[in-house]
Amino acid sequence: MTPTEMSIGDDSQSLAFASELAAKPARLAGNFLLSVNTISTLTIIFLLVVWWATTTAGLIAPLFLPSPQAVLGKFWLVTTKGFMDSTLWQHLAASLGRVVCALIAAVVLAIPTGIAIGLSRIAQGVLDPLIELYRPVPPLAYLPLIVIWFGIGELSKVLLIFLAIYAPIAIATAGGVRQVSQNRLRAAQSLGATRFQLLRYVVLPSAVPDILTGIRIGLGTGWSTLVAAELVAATSGLGFMVQSAAQFLVTDVVILGIAVIAIIAFALELSLRALSRRLAPWREQGIS
Amino acid sequence: MSRLVIDQVTVHYPGAARGVAALQDVSLVIDPEQLVVALGPSGCGKTTLLNLIAGFLQPTSGRILLDDRLVSGPSAERGVVFQDDALLPWLNVLDNVAFGLQLRGLPGAEREAMARRTLQLVDLQGFEQHPIWQLSGGMRQRVGLARGLAADPRVLLLDEPFAALDAFTREQMQELLLRLWRKTRKQVFLITHDLEEAVFLATDLILLSPRPGRVAERIKLDFGHRHANGESARSIKSDPRFIETREHVLSLVFAQREVSTT
Repeated sequence: MTPTEMSIGDDSQSLAFASELAAKPARLAGNFLLSVNTISTLTIIFLLVVWWATTTAGLIAPLFLPSPQAVLGKFWLVTTKGFMDSTLWQHLAASLGRVVCALIAAVVLAIPTGIAIGLSRIAQGVLDPLIELYRPVPPLAYLPLIVIWFGIGELSKVLLIFLAIYAPIAIATAGGVRQVSQNRLRAAQSLGATRFQLLRYVVLPSAVPDILTGIRIGLGTGWSTLVAAELVAATSGLGFMVQSAAQFLVTDVVILGIAVIAIIAFALELSLRALSRRLAPWREQGIS
Repeated sequence: MSRLVIDQVTVHYPGAARGVAALQDVSLVIDPEQLVVALGPSGCGKTTLLNLIAGFLQPTSGRILLDDRLVSGPSAERGVVFQDDALLPWLNVLDNVAFGLQLRGLPGAEREAMARRTLQLVDLQGFEQHPIWQLSGGMRQRVGLARGLAADPRVLLLDEPFAALDAFTREQMQELLLRLWRKTRKQVFLITHDLEEAVFLATDLILLSPRPGRVAERIKLDFGHRHANGESARSIKSDPRFIETREHVLSLVFAQREVSTT
């Protein structure tokens, strides 16, 4: 839609365009023919073609970089016959199971923590340093400690992922709670809200978009902690699959594992963004 | 019928320049069915005054009584309409209007019926299911008014409610407010820095002066009554008596300013 077309449109139409414009950043260099999504897709296709061309031409040894066909063939083999006693789906299910367990525990515990930090100075004073101290430490650094304390079972793996997810959600929730508009609180108070009602009907819904952002960031870090978690005496899981394949120099399974991990992470990110657009559409309109 | 008494109220903000009070010895009585407008430049303490009546703020000294009962905090008997609407964007129009009734624990069907009736009062029937972020500023302010009225407060407080609206919408909203005031017979306290708005709406115009904030003048007016009795806003605002009053108030404002700057 060009600017001139917009100005002739009737009022209701130009209103719709205005909101559409607000959602998308203005382009300086006129109208491209291609959308950003198309350009992104083309970039990926280009990379795949380069990968296919260099490997098929024999420029790189398959040990270092197997061809896309080989990885695809391996995909079929691993999904039907399996690798290290489990099919790809079983590895995937094991990994997702751990991440989902950790996510549920983190959401259940981190949201109340975040609310407490956001509302109470005492809770903030007690919990803030604890979270801020452990959060920047790489999970691999405290992994040995968790193994010493909790053994090599599932608990240690889930706990490691849980810790990675917990901090971002707690911090984002606290931020959301602190940013609740004072006028909204006052409006509810002058309608007779009790302290609990303020929390339930104003503070919590106001913080939902921030909580979702926290979950999105948390899931990202949790998913990237997966490989570390599955270093500990795992017998299945995507991280385990990649590591054991690396030990036997089965490079195509390594690449397959990495690709699956990447695709799942990307899908999680997209679905959480969609969820947050659905649950807090006013944020898109610039209303906090 | 309720009577609001502001009795020798002084407010010092902690950390503010020593000796300068946000409000100094302000006394004011708002009787039933009055529409009191507090007018003044920024820094004259009009927002402080409104926050005191709403109960968001406690006076340093003095007291505020509603029907001989001390105002000690916010309550549903004093409804507030905010300049930035302060609506809840995760609720639709109907649920926003019914919010106060929900807090009071009214059953769903009952509060919905009440909210629908109130939306009719502010000419928003048909918008019940709309998300509030799709509405224009003027419509959002109508929802804010409806939310305040639906909870059936004794006093309605309005904090520069039309300041962010364009001139057309502002005049429509002023007329709407007068109709609602006439119909519900509630006492209304409104603060504004818009001179014409103040003169048009007020039955009682309170002129505040800054540093320290105090009541400089109280003027009885009847333009709001005239509009409520059917005279059009245009005819009132172009009436020589309206213009004369407006200029008179303006000169008072300037006189105050000279006093405070010397």
